Amino acid sequence: MQRSKPSRDMLRWWLPQALFALVFMAFIAVMVGMVEHNLSVRGMALDFGFLGSTARFPLSETIVPYSPSATFARALLAGLGNTVVLALVVIVLSTLLGVPLALARRSGHPLAGGVACSFIDAVRNTPLVVQLLFWYGVLTVGLPPPGKSLQPIPGIFLNDRGLYLTSFGITGTALPLLLVAVGGLVAVAVLAWRGRLHQASLVTLATVIAAAVLWVSLGLGVAPDVPHLDRYNFIGGWSFTPEFAAVVVGSVLYASGFVAEIIRAGIAAVPCGQWDACRAMGLSDRQSLRLVIVPQALRVMVPPMTSQFASILKNSTLALLVGYPDLNSVANTTMNHTGHALECVVLVAFVYLILAAAISLGMGLLERRSARWAR
Amino acid sequence: MNYVQTSPEPQLAPTPVRSPRGFGTLINGGANLLATLVLVAALEQALPHLMAWAVTHGVWQGSAGTCRHAGACWLFLREKAPFILFGIYPETQMWRPIAVVTVLAALTLWTMPRAHWTRWTLGAWGAGLMLVLVLMAGGIAGLAPVPVSSWGGLPVTLLLTVLSLALGFPLGLALALGRRSPLPLIRYGATGFVEVLRGVPVVTLLFAASFLAPLLFPETVRLENLTRALGVFTLVSAAYLCEVLRGGLQGVAHGQWESAQALGLRYRDVLLVVILPQAIRKVLPPLTSTIIVVIKNTSLVVVVGLFDLVSAGRVVLNDPAWPMPYAETYLMVALVYFVICYGVACYSRHLEKSLAESRR
Repeated sequence: MQRSKPSRDMLRWWLPQALFALVFMAFIAVMVGMVEHNLSVRGMALDFGFLGSTARFPLSETIVPYSPSATFARALLAGLGNTVVLALVVIVLSTLLGVPLALARRSGHPLAGGVACSFIDAVRNTPLVVQLLFWYGVLTVGLPPPGKSLQPIPGIFLNDRGLYLTSFGITGTALPLLLVAVGGLVAVAVLAWRGRLHQASLVTLATVIAAAVLWVSLGLGVAPDVPHLDRYNFIGGWSFTPEFAAVVVGSVLYASGFVAEIIRAGIAAVPCGQWDACRAMGLSDRQSLRLVIVPQALRVMVPPMTSQFASILKNSTLALLVGYPDLNSVANTTMNHTGHALECVVLVAFVYLILAAAISLGMGLLERRSARWAR
Repeated sequence: MNYVQTSPEPQLAPTPVRSPRGFGTLINGGANLLATLVLVAALEQALPHLMAWAVTHGVWQGSAGTCRHAGACWLFLREKAPFILFGIYPETQMWRPIAVVTVLAALTLWTMPRAHWTRWTLGAWGAGLMLVLVLMAGGIAGLAPVPVSSWGGLPVTLLLTVLSLALGFPLGLALALGRRSPLPLIRYGATGFVEVLRGVPVVTLLFAASFLAPLLFPETVRLENLTRALGVFTLVSAAYLCEVLRGGLQGVAHGQWESAQALGLRYRDVLLVVILPQAIRKVLPPLTSTIIVVIKNTSLVVVVGLFDLVSAGRVVLNDPAWPMPYAETYLMVALVYFVICYGVACYSRHLEKSLAESRR
């Protein structure tokens, strides 16, 4: 009688797990058998060797150098480069846009609040697909040809071939300045990471002064490179294709609505009593925001921000719709050219999982560091 | 050494609370005044252009040629709205997709008041979904059969949403219970499944489904494009719902399980009668945003060539007789999504408030 109880517990512990393992393995076995059978019918085999053969398809724009004579592996790498750049640009810009949107919505200023509120509701409640197609239409069909480019701000040109910005080059030998700037930046980053914010700000000041002194003593100057109309199109400056511009504009506007709501919720999560306590202590509005409210709000914001950044990464796959070659669309082309669908899917899914893990790892580090700053 | 404070601590005056509400904020303080001026200037620049485009130069009647060198071509939408909303469904049978949308809308509206949350409503949904599928597919009761490849527009969007949520919810609940299971093997299995589905972009999954389905099933099984997409959306919704429900289950105090079991309830009753209602109440806001995500996600089928609202809009724009009124078309598509998603969001806000009141 005494022994029956533990053995029943053992049964309840092992039986479901054994069943689960059995079903799982049977499922895998059936899947593998099916895939093998279907592949042999088609006269194919699982083989990653195709990655080494020549791709023979062009990609319209890549960060990683690429030409159609390169391999499929190189093409996928170029796609990965585009995905990473796109995701980073959208993460940074949407955060920068999200902060003022959140503040405007909280401000109690009826006009600013109303504009921010309707913008946020509009972008959050319509699919990104529709927004991207809309912006791509605006940037290709809606804009004038290069000869009649729009110039919303002097030095910025917008036409149906893309977006052209004035770039600035430094004239003269700028190497010492570059060294000082990079050195200062690294020092500030290290100090800030260690939580020594006061020293970091001192180093920032010192770097700026040193850079200014160097600038004057080396006799450096600035040469703006204004884009100008060649025979058919603009040359010079920084140029962006309509595809890249559309996917960035669409994704940034979409994501900034979500970022703004996360920031607003983070600030709202700090109890009102904290504001009252700050006022009672005689802190100014700015001081209480900086010392009391923001550190607490940041802690609330980090987890939803992490999943927001992950969904920005995942949404970058929609670049396909406007023809910007990201990892997913390059993989799609590769599948069509080689027929090695399973290999491509596994590879791409794995890469996206790693990128998502990298985002949550980075945000986790930031969270732990920000807890230290808040102290 | 003097440990005793002899003089009183200087009293800092509390900062005056200055936050006037209402229209006073438009002009008080430099920043507010500046914001007002900048916004008014911007609106003053933009609004006349917008009005000219949409109203003054907008084309409401005439022919396709009238739309060239004019403002918004609303005429195009009037001509093409049936196609955008219902796709290439046979024109003589157009009443069927209209009936489908009506049935789904009526069921949704009926379910909204809390008094209607009964077993009967659940049954009505089951019957309604069967009816809707029969209406779309036909083949019985004298309805002409319509192949799935001819379904399109709003009914496809709504069907994908409703079916993937309905099928995904039980699966998501099972996954959430699996992730909270004390048995490690089951916990790892559920966790791995959910994390992979949440980490890989839906677009990639849709491509994977359309490329891999022929490899994973015997040759005799031919899955429709719509079925494959529905499979992907069901799994993805299950993964999202799992995370939301897991949060809710975590929020229910453990004593609730114990006391319900002490009352002699079976596991199923503990879960469905005691735990789940409390858990769902706790996670209503994230549950709504998940539903909105699922609705918006259905628009991704455009990448595998399915004919939902967005794809229909995209196809319609290729008509060479018209001057590509993409802005009007996408505004209309966006408006349909907005009405649905914003409606869901408003309903959830209302529900949260009424639940918070009824708990007291």
